[in-house]
Amino acid sequence: MPAKRGSRRGTPGGGAPQERDLAAPVPPEPRAGLAAGKPARGSAMSSVSHALQALLALSSRETVKFMHQRGRMLSAVVRPSLWLLIFAAGFRDVFGVSVIPPYSTYIEYPVYVVPGLVGIVLLFNGMQSSLAMVYDREMGLMRLLLTAPLPRSVLLTCKLLAGTFLSILQAYAFFAICALFQLDLPWWPGLLLALPAMFLTGLMLGAMGLLVSVYIKQIENFAGAMNFVIFPMFFLSPALYPLWKLQESGAQVVYQLARINPFTYGVDLIRYAMYGQMNWHACGVVVASLIVFLGLAIWGYDPQRGVVRNKRQGS
Amino acid sequence: MPASPLPGQAALALAVEEVSKSYGSVKALDRVSLHVARGEFVALLGPNGAGKSTLFQLLTGLFVPDAGRIEVAGFDMRHQARRALACLGVVFQQATLDLDLSVVANLRFHARLHGMGRAARARIDAELHRIGLTERARDRARALSGGNRRRVELARALLHDPVVLLMDEPTVGLDPASRAQLVEYVHSLCTHRDVGVLWATHLVDEAESADRVIILHKGHWIASGTAAELRERTGRRSLRDAFLDLTGEASVEQEEAV
Repeated sequence: MPAKRGSRRGTPGGGAPQERDLAAPVPPEPRAGLAAGKPARGSAMSSVSHALQALLALSSRETVKFMHQRGRMLSAVVRPSLWLLIFAAGFRDVFGVSVIPPYSTYIEYPVYVVPGLVGIVLLFNGMQSSLAMVYDREMGLMRLLLTAPLPRSVLLTCKLLAGTFLSILQAYAFFAICALFQLDLPWWPGLLLALPAMFLTGLMLGAMGLLVSVYIKQIENFAGAMNFVIFPMFFLSPALYPLWKLQESGAQVVYQLARINPFTYGVDLIRYAMYGQMNWHACGVVVASLIVFLGLAIWGYDPQRGVVRNKRQGS
Repeated sequence: MPASPLPGQAALALAVEEVSKSYGSVKALDRVSLHVARGEFVALLGPNGAGKSTLFQLLTGLFVPDAGRIEVAGFDMRHQARRALACLGVVFQQATLDLDLSVVANLRFHARLHGMGRAARARIDAELHRIGLTERARDRARALSGGNRRRVELARALLHDPVVLLMDEPTVGLDPASRAQLVEYVHSLCTHRDVGVLWATHLVDEAESADRVIILHKGHWIASGTAAELRERTGRRSLRDAFLDLTGEASVEQEEAV
């Protein structure tokens, strides 16, 4: 190997693929030393290590790509901030939020909407990670994933965790904006207590996105799904107003729809957690939805069922 | 002469036995059998629509065949998928590099998916060096030429030291020089690294130098042998004519003209 190095270095880094001596004899390389690189077969430890490496691969890819996409990065923070600054400012006096759990005192409207806006951050990124799945499928990157020697359930779970990790980063970035505008939030330990709640909610929404991605064949369709999924879920939830207001104003149908919306429970879970309270009911619904969504997504990506079937290819 | 049953299982990198796959009423593959030994370069030659891509989708575990068995290095694709996949390196027809990531990040991504751990770094360096792209390791994949992207994909497929290398029409979009180099390079891999290669193509000249040529047509296994054997059998002077005879089609030339 070292023998070849000198001659290769001569060629500058530029294009001109023809000039490279690709066809030069491959220096024989002992296959041995590689045994360490292969997953030691069967051992549970190495399976866990392998899964963690896959998680690291997907997380770092997701995060690095996100950092490269300035527009996406900006909009992830600007979107909830706009709601906070404009919508909430406008409605500050229209909605008086009385003292309802988990709040122990009268709160300002902007403070009320923060957990809901955190929810929308998680929802948006969860769906966008799935958009990436559809994109990957079109780009063939999905094939790379699916030929990795890992069970698909592990791969999808890693993908989900990677997306959720990014969601949570964005949520904290939004909290930083809230701090900038000196909102009266339970900073400590509220934001730390919110972490597990955001994690569960992020997973649940990401799993929902994965499930959606199973049935979406093209990105164009995905934009539609975003509108049909994200906005209804957002509006049919206690993100912007407490649900009793719906009930009070007689909007029974809307109220009932909000009650079967898993996003409702995610927002509640986060809202309660921020104030150091545990909402078991919300937690139960979130966890159950997570299990159902993820289970169905894994089922959908099963090769036996072949949902990944892109229309039969040329040859 | 289908490949099964075969002596010397240990030397066998890839074995496909009586594999069938249908899409609805369309039979994409009908009881196809083939095998690739370690160190052997096998060209899978067939016009478009012959079932090559379907076969590759089955070989990479993307789908499960309706009937038949696929074994990679002796591991059953259906029941020991993980072990089989660990022994498989694939260069897909479509580009699968993440263009926003650097060359080395692309390779690292793959190494992690294969759970290579600490061995990854040295392997990545070695493979990049081997293809002569060490200096471009930090460049974004987007900055590379088509030929170089293909090389990186090949390096990636070899990172985990597979027993079988699947190349699915890998020269699509390459200029003739890069094409010839790629073929030659992969031949040298067979010799020096004992990798069994299955190279799908519809271009006869790429099959010319193969250790064995398998001809697939309309989902059926048609013939197998060295280029010389196929010429002899059909009584033709060139592999191209032999291929046209065997598939009874004149579509190949048209496609090559494209």
